[in-house]
Amino acid sequence: MVTANRTWDGAVVYRTAKQGWSTELSDSAIVTTSDEARALLAEATADDVGAVGPYIAPVELKDGGKVKPGNLREHIRAKGVTIDLQVPA
Amino acid sequence: MYAYDELDRTLINERVSEFRDQVKRRLSGELTEDEFKILRLQNGVYLQLHAYMFRVAIPYGTLSSKQLRRFAHVARRYDRGYGHFTTRQNIQFNWIKLAELPDALADLAEVGIHAMQTSGNNMRNVTSDQWAGVAPGEIEDPRIWSELIRQHTTLHPEFSFLPRKFKIAITAAEHDRAAIKIHDIGLRLHKNADGETGFEVLVGGGLGRTPFIAKTIKPFVSGRDILSYIEAILRVYNQYGRRDNIYKARIKILVHELGIEKFAKEVDEEWKAMGDVGLTLDHTAIEEVRSRFSYPAYEKLPHMPDELKQAAHDKLFERWRKNSVSAHKVQGYSIVTLSLKPVGGPPGDATAEQMDAVADLADKYSFGEIRVGHEQNLALPHVAKRDLPALFKALDRLGLATPNVNLVTDIIACPGLDYCSLANARSIPIAQELTRRFANHDTADLIGRLHINISGCINACGHHHVGHIGILGVEKNGEEFYQITIGGRADENAQLGTLIGPAVPYAEVADVIEDIVEAYLALRDRPEELFVDTVKRLGVEPIRERVYATR
Repeated sequence: MVTANRTWDGAVVYRTAKQGWSTELSDSAIVTTSDEARALLAEATADDVGAVGPYIAPVELKDGGKVKPGNLREHIRAKGVTIDLQVPA
Repeated sequence: MYAYDELDRTLINERVSEFRDQVKRRLSGELTEDEFKILRLQNGVYLQLHAYMFRVAIPYGTLSSKQLRRFAHVARRYDRGYGHFTTRQNIQFNWIKLAELPDALADLAEVGIHAMQTSGNNMRNVTSDQWAGVAPGEIEDPRIWSELIRQHTTLHPEFSFLPRKFKIAITAAEHDRAAIKIHDIGLRLHKNADGETGFEVLVGGGLGRTPFIAKTIKPFVSGRDILSYIEAILRVYNQYGRRDNIYKARIKILVHELGIEKFAKEVDEEWKAMGDVGLTLDHTAIEEVRSRFSYPAYEKLPHMPDELKQAAHDKLFERWRKNSVSAHKVQGYSIVTLSLKPVGGPPGDATAEQMDAVADLADKYSFGEIRVGHEQNLALPHVAKRDLPALFKALDRLGLATPNVNLVTDIIACPGLDYCSLANARSIPIAQELTRRFANHDTADLIGRLHINISGCINACGHHHVGHIGILGVEKNGEEFYQITIGGRADENAQLGTLIGPAVPYAEVADVIEDIVEAYLALRDRPEELFVDTVKRLGVEPIRERVYATR
């Protein structure tokens, strides 16, 4: 898949098959060859106003077609920080 | 406190208007990201994993209560209710929206706060001792000089596009709390044989991929010449510093490749060739800046007030007092460090509620002034000793009285992979786990002074190279691993730590650190021998043997 950060607020977004952006990983266009990945990245990069810094990132396809982040970095981007945000008082 | 003049206020307000226009043009597509990136970086705006990150300068670590309240407002209004104090006297907001950044900047500008040069290849926030102006035995207040350098270098056209970022730190005390030896330029105020105040100038320090401890380039430069001498250093760097390779672009690489003698010769030649370029600071110019710093009207107070005697039976208070309260240059007053390292908390984070409450306490007990140190803690610099018991109770309620300053749980940590787009591994959860392992304050006291520094990547924002124990996150085959060094230090005897053994996986880091501490306790020759001194006396090997024997 191709992911980036939305320009106006920096939120994590994923390139969809409909040439748009979504905040849901499950909406992302999944490609399986490097040619397809390069093409998806080129198309995403052309949208410089919508999102910043697009790059190709791995996903895992689970049984039933569920899409999971392919590494820890993408897991953190998708699910948020791994720590309790509240400072203990 | 330093009072900005009309010029400063105009500059900051103009900068807000300029940035507002740049953001507007970016969001409309008039500016591409490539065009906008350098502009946002010049205003402290990074793009991190989840959002934009906004880094705001706290020049020489001095804040008014009004300014701290404004940080709380920004955290609450534009972010997620907290901020992160960094190792360079900045605060970072991790969840800010680009579209709202100009408003946040405008709100900060109203109280004289800005984000200029908190990122980008320019002169960064000039840092200093968080105890400046109140530390006993200090030569003079180093913030006067920090401010003079700040004024000279802010938006300086020659220094706005340096080969790489450039950091200066200044200390005027015998004990270096500003970590000057790991800065591009470190300045140590002292007096020469004639009693004149000037600087020992060190150059070429820095951490990151290729760490170096700064070397002395000139033992004494008088105060009146310091701007021109710094200018000469920067001109040599600007001329010879590498722009072709980001990993070799810092001045430390140039100093290392030329050698300190050759580099010093180049600087001296440049300094002479510059002649009189109007940078000599006369008495009037120095006094003008000095006069804009205001100092509290201290009362004449007893060394040991009744309130302190009466509170001495309270064990919790006494533990905190011994750990977090330091001597002040004025009798009857103390410097109080507020630990931002609660057990289980992210190091350096403070909630908006805590910031507001600290601002109130500063007004009540510290003449409205707060300090920020590179160890990611706060300080109240002017607390009457009679007020210490009441202050302790208030801080304890806020979770800001953890008696762990300079102890094993007073951990410096970068944001790591939880936030940072450069990181390879997480830092904060490692720090949190270590604070839980060493949560017993009796154990921490028994261990004594021990600085653990954690970085989530080789860029070393967590200063791991100079931690007594340094932890560096790396990535191996998609997994988080951590290299551990021991024996580093960031003070006047600064040195880099030595790798103790193979990198260990995330789940084993806390066990290894516990084993290192146990080895130290077994090997130290007396309770007063600090961890770093035991490593210096014995070397790494005896500790390595104990820790890695069964691994």
